[in-house]
Amino acid sequence: MTLNTFKSALFSVLFLTVSFFGYASEDAHSENKEEFNPKEMILHHVKDAYGMHIIDINGHPISIPLPIILYTDSGLTTFMSSEFHHDYNGEVVVEKDGQRFVNVHEKIYRLNDGETTVKYDAEHHPINAERPWDFSITRNVFMMWVSVIVLLFIFLTTAKQYKKSGNYVPKGIASFMEPLIVFVRDEIAKPMIGEHKYKRFMPYLLTVFFFIWINNIFGLIPILNGANLSGNIAFTFSLAFCTFLITTFSGNKHYWKHIFWMPGVPVPMKIFLMPIEIVGMFVKPISLMIRLFANITAGHIIILALMSLIFIFETIAVAPVSIAFSLFIGIIEIVVTAIQAYIFTVLSALYFGMATEEAH
Amino acid sequence: MDLIKPDFGLVFWSLITFVILLFVLRKFAWKPILGAVEDREEGIKSALASAENARKEMENLKADNERILQEARSEREALLKEAREIKAKIIADAEEDAQAKASKMIEQAQAAIESEKKAAMAELKNHVAGLSLEIAEKVVREELSNKDKQLQLVESMLGEATLN
Amino acid sequence: MTITGIAAIGAGLAAIGAGMGIGRIGGSAMDAMARQPEIQGKIQTSALILAAFVEAVALFGVVAALIV
Repeated sequence: MTLNTFKSALFSVLFLTVSFFGYASEDAHSENKEEFNPKEMILHHVKDAYGMHIIDINGHPISIPLPIILYTDSGLTTFMSSEFHHDYNGEVVVEKDGQRFVNVHEKIYRLNDGETTVKYDAEHHPINAERPWDFSITRNVFMMWVSVIVLLFIFLTTAKQYKKSGNYVPKGIASFMEPLIVFVRDEIAKPMIGEHKYKRFMPYLLTVFFFIWINNIFGLIPILNGANLSGNIAFTFSLAFCTFLITTFSGNKHYWKHIFWMPGVPVPMKIFLMPIEIVGMFVKPISLMIRLFANITAGHIIILALMSLIFIFETIAVAPVSIAFSLFIGIIEIVVTAIQAYIFTVLSALYFGMATEEAH
Repeated sequence: MDLIKPDFGLVFWSLITFVILLFVLRKFAWKPILGAVEDREEGIKSALASAENARKEMENLKADNERILQEARSEREALLKEAREIKAKIIADAEEDAQAKASKMIEQAQAAIESEKKAAMAELKNHVAGLSLEIAEKVVREELSNKDKQLQLVESMLGEATLN
Repeated sequence: MTITGIAAIGAGLAAIGAGMGIGRIGGSAMDAMARQPEIQGKIQTSALILAAFVEAVALFGVVAALIV
């Protein structure tokens, strides 16, 4: 008991030191320039960015430059994000292949020919520039690839251990991963899809579960400055889109009959239900997308808002309170990482189960 | 608000990355891992089943043994009973036989004794007759040699004859 | 009152609704678990899924507030 308390205290101190310095230094930086704007700071953290910003030391930002890949009318243009010199207010103009690019709030705009500076309308939208097709390796894409490497490392090692031990006794990392895999199979796939058809969907469910989970966890690591991949709607959209495709293409006769001509109800009701069911077909993956995005983003926003309190009140006296609260939220968020991955997987499995259910 | 506007580039990379991850993991991770887990479970299940089978077989064997023993016991009982019966019968038969033989022998013996007796009687009669004749001859001779005696005899005979 | 303020109130209302819904789910799940501890796992799973559904409604509200 005491040991556990001690451990958790130590953990929280470490956790908070890291996150405090991580957030605080950058916030101090932005405060120097102008009045501290918590909304802008939070959105900047939650949204995607070019370049992987690690920390500011004495107002000097340190970041990992990432490649920017743009497709314009005159073909592909690539350069490193460091060429913007950490500017995201559209002040630094990068000239490449005869085209000029600016970074306005972490969105790259191509200035129209002949323009040299970006001009804004009343709502701060650039008026003399347009967005090119943007395939940049942003920090989210970068973290996604890091997570893919970690996942591949974990599970290929696990698989190798099974091959190595002829008697199939899990050892090392396999003994840690096997309960999770069996959990996905026995608690998610089997009850939701059914004993006979679950096997087909197992690879998808497992991949989605671990992919979401690991990215949720990576989003919580402060030093990575919340590369908020699973809190980005583009990412959740992609996963929900995959679920939608699989559900639609594995739907059997019974499933489609349920949507277009609900059995067992009178004809006017059938006609009434049809549009509802068709809308439901799309609402299901959309709710998956929104749920994951909003949960993770909300968690990040709350932690950051609690941290911002220190800078809003401009006193260190608030620090213990906001640290205590953000520690509390942080611990809840650790639980939420797993729960949201679980919910996404369970609901995907549920939809697959509905699509492949036999008539009864 | 662009917080909820999906970014094209990120959607593009997410889809590509996810699909590649899915296929790589499916081929090199999920298949061997799930296969191994299922194999192990199958192994455990079959081991349990065979243990159960063995237990059942054991029970069957035991029951069989019991049954066979029971059968053997009852068979022995039956055999013994039969043997006893046979023995009794044999004894009875033998007794009867012996009885019959004995009585037959006795009969034969009696018959033989009878015939012997008859023969002996006949011989005795003959002998007695001969002896009587001899005696009679002797007596007659004697008597005839003595007149008085002859007369006496005739007289006594006559007397006897009248008496008869 | 600005439009953002109204949006924030809307998001708050959505949160109230979801809070009540999830509270009811949680309470009933607890009741059910106390009554039948042997199917605790099943109850937990369905409670989580139901909570996710209720929560989705609140999140739609929040997202609608974000769009404004």
